[in-house]
Amino acid sequence: MLRYSLSRFLGAIPTLLILITIAFFMIRAAPGGPFDAEKALPPEIEANLRAAYHLDEPLVQQFGRYVLNLVRGDFGPSFQYKDYSVTELIAAGFPVSLRLGGSAMLLALLVGVSAGTIAALRQNSRTDHAVMAVSMTGISIPNFVMAPLLILFFAVYLGWLPAGGIGDGGFRHMILPVISLALPQIAYIARLTRGSMIEVLRSNFVRTARAQGLPERTVILRHALKPALLPVISYLGPATAAVITGSVVIEQIFGVPGLGRYFVQGALNRDYTLVMGVVVFYGALIILFNLVVDLVYAWLDPKVKYS
Amino acid sequence: MSGELPVAVPRAGASAPAPVKGRSLWVDAWNVLRRNRAAVVAGTLVLVMAVLVIVGPWLSPWDYAQTDWDNVSIGPDWDTRHVFGTDALGRDLFVRTLHGGRISLLIGVVATLVSLLIGISWGATAGYLGGRVDHLMMRIVDILYAMPFMFFVILLMVFFGRNIILIFVAIGAINWLDMARIVRGQTLSLKHKEFIEAAEAQGVSTFNIIRRHIVPNLLGVVVVYVTLTIPQVILVESFLSFLGLGVQEPMTSWGALVNEGAQEMGTAPWMLVFPAAFLALTLFCFNFVGDGLRDALDPKDR
Repeated sequence: MLRYSLSRFLGAIPTLLILITIAFFMIRAAPGGPFDAEKALPPEIEANLRAAYHLDEPLVQQFGRYVLNLVRGDFGPSFQYKDYSVTELIAAGFPVSLRLGGSAMLLALLVGVSAGTIAALRQNSRTDHAVMAVSMTGISIPNFVMAPLLILFFAVYLGWLPAGGIGDGGFRHMILPVISLALPQIAYIARLTRGSMIEVLRSNFVRTARAQGLPERTVILRHALKPALLPVISYLGPATAAVITGSVVIEQIFGVPGLGRYFVQGALNRDYTLVMGVVVFYGALIILFNLVVDLVYAWLDPKVKYS
Repeated sequence: MSGELPVAVPRAGASAPAPVKGRSLWVDAWNVLRRNRAAVVAGTLVLVMAVLVIVGPWLSPWDYAQTDWDNVSIGPDWDTRHVFGTDALGRDLFVRTLHGGRISLLIGVVATLVSLLIGISWGATAGYLGGRVDHLMMRIVDILYAMPFMFFVILLMVFFGRNIILIFVAIGAINWLDMARIVRGQTLSLKHKEFIEAAEAQGVSTFNIIRRHIVPNLLGVVVVYVTLTIPQVILVESFLSFLGLGVQEPMTSWGALVNEGAQEMGTAPWMLVFPAAFLALTLFCFNFVGDGLRDALDPKDR
């Protein structure tokens, strides 16, 4: 197990390096620079600025410098937010995004797994069809459509919940963003759970457990749930990626000051270092999370060989 | 499979034992699919949507970029022929929704074809050649798979201009990975079949074996996957357009319309509701057709 974890961990490093390389050179290949203002700067000042940010060095040298700084946790200075380093901006935005995304993931897991299990237990009943129809709708309606509709209904018409902003960071402000972010994942996880649960319920060990006269509760919770959750666990990797991507647009809609908003603003302002920083940070997070999910899966599923 | 039965089995209601006709996978699949009412309804709706989107704009007297100064930001109104109302610039929402649908569906289909082309060639080549080439090619897919692609697409759109060709290529280029994996798996299982050996024995070139014998046999999986990829692509395009990075004014797409609608929803909810409904309905139908096709073409459940 330890050797397996270690080798998987080492395997993630080249992936991360490739991510950094692609992002770095793609941004540098883009036309236009961070100092393109409406009024052209005097050439001497621009030269000084470029020198201060090391933009006058050969690309390879800039790249090397960037990677070395990254290893030390330094994402460089932001081009647009003067006097802020990208590390500071990430430190300011990420906790907000984490709270939003984390709550959405938790909600999705809880509701998705319960709904899927209930549907599987009553396969082909009316409950089952209802759950499946709702979840198909949830998959089909993208969160950036769902979010304005929820605002329209709960904030504009009913006036129950705030339409945006984070206010004092209270619970009420998080309800709509979390729900819009979680809905597609709830739907997907419910479908996954239902499918695998149905398969598990047909298997021999469940029949044995029932034949031994165990109460249905014990059969489901103690025996069937764990193997039925394996596909859900392996979906957690892609789910994280989806939630992170979704948070970019959800933060935009609800005016939540998270990392996703910095990313969009940075992209529109050609803030090289900020955009790079967010891509690398989120990329590393996704890679890391996939790694953890793989390890948990290997630990739970006795069929996986450590090789 | 029916081909294994040498004796004609008389069917109920058949007067004379007709010679048994071999049923192909496609006929079988069609029969299963036809019995799946949800999939048939969804498929019909997709076709209706496609026709509506192509023909619809001509049915209205208004043009998608034309401003009606007398009726700015009005709700649905039959008398002025603004069936869905107009937006804040007085443009007819019905025509704009259908026009946006053209763009969304077009991007969905074209970008899917791009991803199909790359995915099939990559997967079939890796699977058929096997060994070290396969290992290397699939390792590349694995690495690309771990990338946060949505971010890259956003970067691409921001830095290299927001033109429509780039949207096709960018979205197609991120969607081929799944296709490559699926196709490779299928190819591996096809590779040792007798008809491939026969072709090899006859000295058919590797390229022709892949083109003439492997690829046609992959079609079943591919068809299922295509119907599931199109809605994904439409979704990505809408996502970009929603952020203002996709299709640019005065052209429009469903994502862009939803974005405009979301900004005006307090005063003009129809601007949000109609495009959102069209987008959601289309995605919904595609997903249903894809599910139905998977049930029909997947021999596991027979």
